[in-house]
Amino acid sequence: MANMCPYGRFTHAVVRGIPETFGKAVEGGRENGETSVDLAKAQRQFGCLTGALRQKVGLQLIEIPPDPELPDSWRIEDVAVIQGDTALITRPLKQQRRSEVEAVRRVVSELNLTVVEMGAEEGDSGGATLEGSDVLFTGREFFVGISSHTNHRGAEVLADTFRDFAVSTVPVCGGARLRNVCSMGGPDTIIISNSDGAKKTLRMMEQLTDHHYEVLIVPEESAANCIYIKGPSKLDFLLHRPAEECPDSVSAFQKLQDYTLLPTACSEASKLGASLSSLCLLINRKHTYF
Amino acid sequence: MTTEAGSETEVKEKAEESAAQPDQSEKSTEETQEVANAEGEEKEKEKEGKGIARYLPTWLKKQKSQSQTSPTKEVPPAEDAVSKETQKEDESAPEVNGHAEEAEEKEAVKSELVTAKEAESHSTASADTEPAKEEKVEESAEKSPEKTPVTAEGEGAEEQEGEAEGKKEGGGGGEGGQTSIFQSPLRLVRKTKMKVMVCHVTLLDGTDFDCEVEKRAKGQFLFFKVCEHLNLMEKDYFGLSYTDSHEQKCWLDPTKEIKRQIRNNNGQFVFNVKFYPPDPSLLTEDITRYLLCLQLREDVASGRLPCSFVTHALLGSYTLQAEFGDHEPEQPRPLDNVGQLTFAPNQNKEMEEKVLELHKSHRGMTPAQADVQFLENAKKLSMYGVDLHHAKDSEGVDIMLGVCANGLLVYKDRLRINRFAWPKILKISYKRNNFYIKIRPGETEQFESTVGFKLENHRSAKRLWKVCVENHSFFRLTVPEQPTKARFLTLGSKFRYSGRTQAQTRTASSLIDRPAPNFERTSSKRISRSLDGAPRISITEATSENGREPHLELHSDSKVKEVDLSPGDAEATPTQSPMRVHGDNIYVRHSNLMLEDHDKTQEDVLKHQASISQLKRSFMEAPPPSPPQPNQWENRLTSSPATIRIQQQQQVSLEEEIASVLLSRHSGFCSAPSACSVAEPTLDGDITTSTASRLTAVCSAAAPLAATEESEPQAEAAAADNAISDTKEPAKTTEVEIEETVVVQEVSVAPKPGLVTVTTSSPAGPPAEQETLEQEVTVEAEVVVAEEAKAAKQESISSESESEEEAEYHPNLSICHTQIPEEEEEQQQQEEEEEDKTAEQDVSAPDAPSLPAEVGQPVEATSREEEESRNEDAEEEKNAEEERETKASADGPEMTPDEALNGHTLPEESVTAEEEPRMNGEASLAEAEHRPQVICCSEPPVVKTEMVTISDTFAAQKTEIATKEVPIVHTETKTITYEAAQLDGNGDGEPGVLMTAQTITSESLCTTTTTHITKTLKGGLSETRIEKRIVITGDCDIDHDQALAQAIKEAKEQHPDMSVTRVVVHKETELAEEED
Repeated sequence: MANMCPYGRFTHAVVRGIPETFGKAVEGGRENGETSVDLAKAQRQFGCLTGALRQKVGLQLIEIPPDPELPDSWRIEDVAVIQGDTALITRPLKQQRRSEVEAVRRVVSELNLTVVEMGAEEGDSGGATLEGSDVLFTGREFFVGISSHTNHRGAEVLADTFRDFAVSTVPVCGGARLRNVCSMGGPDTIIISNSDGAKKTLRMMEQLTDHHYEVLIVPEESAANCIYIKGPSKLDFLLHRPAEECPDSVSAFQKLQDYTLLPTACSEASKLGASLSSLCLLINRKHTYF
Repeated sequence: MTTEAGSETEVKEKAEESAAQPDQSEKSTEETQEVANAEGEEKEKEKEGKGIARYLPTWLKKQKSQSQTSPTKEVPPAEDAVSKETQKEDESAPEVNGHAEEAEEKEAVKSELVTAKEAESHSTASADTEPAKEEKVEESAEKSPEKTPVTAEGEGAEEQEGEAEGKKEGGGGGEGGQTSIFQSPLRLVRKTKMKVMVCHVTLLDGTDFDCEVEKRAKGQFLFFKVCEHLNLMEKDYFGLSYTDSHEQKCWLDPTKEIKRQIRNNNGQFVFNVKFYPPDPSLLTEDITRYLLCLQLREDVASGRLPCSFVTHALLGSYTLQAEFGDHEPEQPRPLDNVGQLTFAPNQNKEMEEKVLELHKSHRGMTPAQADVQFLENAKKLSMYGVDLHHAKDSEGVDIMLGVCANGLLVYKDRLRINRFAWPKILKISYKRNNFYIKIRPGETEQFESTVGFKLENHRSAKRLWKVCVENHSFFRLTVPEQPTKARFLTLGSKFRYSGRTQAQTRTASSLIDRPAPNFERTSSKRISRSLDGAPRISITEATSENGREPHLELHSDSKVKEVDLSPGDAEATPTQSPMRVHGDNIYVRHSNLMLEDHDKTQEDVLKHQASISQLKRSFMEAPPPSPPQPNQWENRLTSSPATIRIQQQQQVSLEEEIASVLLSRHSGFCSAPSACSVAEPTLDGDITTSTASRLTAVCSAAAPLAATEESEPQAEAAAADNAISDTKEPAKTTEVEIEETVVVQEVSVAPKPGLVTVTTSSPAGPPAEQETLEQEVTVEAEVVVAEEAKAAKQESISSESESEEEAEYHPNLSICHTQIPEEEEEQQQQEEEEEDKTAEQDVSAPDAPSLPAEVGQPVEATSREEEESRNEDAEEEKNAEEERETKASADGPEMTPDEALNGHTLPEESVTAEEEPRMNGEASLAEAEHRPQVICCSEPPVVKTEMVTISDTFAAQKTEIATKEVPIVHTETKTITYEAAQLDGNGDGEPGVLMTAQTITSESLCTTTTTHITKTLKGGLSETRIEKRIVITGDCDIDHDQALAQAIKEAKEQHPDMSVTRVVVHKETELAEEED
């Protein structure tokens, strides 16, 4: 189909800066009291990530300025699911986050993506919630983790948006979000953590898929979230958590042949339940029809 | 069916023969052509035809001559007569082209005859129907002339290929199949009187194709007609659908009468893609891809195949390129073309502009290339080839069940929530409106689980079930599973996929060597474009040209089939037709020659096998010409001997036939080496046969069969189709599937459909096989009936299940349920009405059961010590033979070899299944005698087999299993130790061990308990499954529940750890309905 090509080809990345309110407000309801986040460190790490994407990988980076009113807006992954030339603007679970989509919608529109609104069809998708961190796109199909933040209705909207692809729902057991326990490590490679919950999710994915994926199992859950990009230079890049954050898993990444490994710290964001991929939206504007 | 009471019987026979079974018909036609007798017959026919022609109205003749249809049809026989030498020609020639030209030019007489025959058919049709119909006919004839050449030719080819098609020709087709037809011109006349119905087939390009079909014609006839019209050779991916009285789309079963399927339908059919090839680029011909494109365009435009905006546009742009060629900038209103086509359910200007934009980028692409690109994109869509059915899950939630090449998908709304790949499915069944799949236990699970879905009604459930059976068979098996002739399956439906599997069709299409046919892309109505890569010809021209080539091609197909059947079987995917069997036989002979010193050890045998396999390959590889001869030879043998057999020994012949069928099936699975092993049995069988010992022949046949069964549990699936399975070139594929099969066997406690099928031939149900049998058996129908009556005494314990409402299908199963001959008999009785017609078939059926049973025993023994056991068996059998009524026919030996070849290959795997069938057979036999027999199988490693000899009453079933070490003991109790796994013919050998088998027979009850242990090695993981199967067979008086409870109780006592996974009750009395 027109949109089908091996996973990992991206030309653009959209990020949103870390606001001063990082770790507050929304997090207040959570365990913010216990978790102390270092705003400066978080911003540094954010800078490292964007730098790697732009300079190492070679993506065009679009940075949306932070909005102090939206303390979670840096988790840009949640508010849109982009595949090919279609961007599905999602409907986050929390009401406070739904205004985050506006800026993102503007950006993807400027990129000439076809914008599909999930919230627009209130009647149909009433009650539908979906966050991008529960969506794993493998290049061939979507897996949607049914979690506390994403429900079946939301997955249905996604399936209706990306009709070319099979959209399978899987339970999320290991972590709060699907992308916390797994990510793509290559065109046919899924990186997944070693936890029992993740294994259960993986089994379900294997049951549901028509394709065969290589599976790279990493001992630490935090290591399971990576960013794989086949950059403009046709090289394989893998952004992963550094050895300080997941000492046991680095060796696993080194099994990947001919990869350029880019250790990228994400300790502060991860304290808030986010991970590397949460911080960026990846877009491929070079559509190849064949 | 026929209007004339007097001619009814004959007509029926003819109809069945000609139309009913395509495969058989094919076989028969081939046989007839090939057979020496055929010449004489043909001559007779000619005379007849001439005679008939005289009576025919001249206008009819003219019509026919114009249409050329008649010549083609009948030409084949003429050709045969003319040039027996070149079987190739016959095979290839079957097509109209050759026939028409040659026949007309060289032998005007023949053509006249043919035409006359056709004329007869037409005349009859017209006579029966109102004048209006006649007019129609004329009109059609007139219309066709231009186009018709192709169709006519195609028809000829079709007829040759599948005489079943030739209902009109009825006489001609039937003739090919049965000698009887040839014999009496009167019959021809009567046939001519048969009623004709008009079928309207909507083709993929939206045009209609009207076709007259005899009322009793089977679906295949119409389908072949359509394919001829389309000049389509890779037809196995397609099918005809109709809308039933409940507004449900159903597939026309090619093996059943059209009229009985459509009922209230006005003869409206739609030609559709039935199996979407996962990789269209592997299709051989552009025309096939074009048709697939047409289907997909419709699927996309209607929304059945959902896709995104971009994909809609992209697919549309390829459609544009294929239909209109390069984008022409100067074209005044480019959107006009786009507007003509429908790309999407909600097409809009934006999309059309996108289509145009993309279209520009396809400049220079030929229509064929555009189609390829279209398919490459379409095939990646997640819903490509997914057949959706509404259902509810166990909690009443609305879901969709999608059947596709890979398995069964479960959707809730648009979301995929579960998926069951075919390898994971052990059994598919339905009961009333419930649809069940039994899932193979996962790595961490101990027990298989069953997932149930609720469908709207039982029709929906059955429809889904059938689709699953067909898709599984097509995509998953190398060789189709036999149609269940017998009631083995608890659930009544005997339905099985009757066509070729994807593997077979790929093999067959790889042999297509006709020049690419020209075809018009009708949707664009465009004649030709300068820029187009492929020149387009106007319809008329194209047809004329196509006509010849297509014919040739068609012929090639027919050739392929024939070839496959005869020598080429290994490679070519044979159809279900007996022909294949014959081919196998040929091979067998060779192998036999090679293997004459069978008494040696297995090792020797293995060596022999290797050499044999080489021979086989070389033989198969041999040029097409050579194969035909052997076929003829075989045909002759089969045909002539068969008749003889029938007269003398009905049972034997039947058994042999059955055996052959089994063999063919197995052969598909079996690797070459295995075949060698089989050869041994055959040799024995031959020898014995020569000696005139009936039993021996049977035994030999049985042994090979058993071997085959053992080798491949899947054999079941292969069943009738298995004949086709000959295509073994591909041991590779086979192996893979075998693995799967093995697994299934392990798991499945359920009855084996395949075996069952073989054994029981229900008159109504078993189409192809029965038909084939019929040909041979025809004379003996009465006898059969008598047998049936006897059989009637024996009733299977099984309670009835509504055949239509329930059905089981074991996808990979090799396990056979013991078939109860009694049941078959009962069925036969029930079907006696039909039996008159099918009596022949029935006869075969009884034999079949017996054969399997026999086979089963021998097989076990055989597996290790096939040679010795065979010899012993043969001897024993000989002894038994006397007692038995079974008649050994010369054919027996032939059959056996084939079987042996095929079967031996994979003895290890299928042990269980084989054993069971055997057991059953014994049991059933036992019932007749009422003697208790206990068969115990001990440790796998030891191959000791002790067979209990069954009393005389049992016909052919008494194959003995001789063990090297253990002499045969006649006792009420039999103990058989069997190791299946010794030979690892397959890459992944999965040894199956029959641990114990007990058969206890009393006057009214026969209880067979089989314990089977199967070890499977999958990629280093070894699985051990123990399954225990209990079969209780008894008279009607038996309290099924009690007997069952008792059996279960006993089983549990013996094996407390075991759980009862399935209880199957068969009711013999049920009549299988073809319609459903």
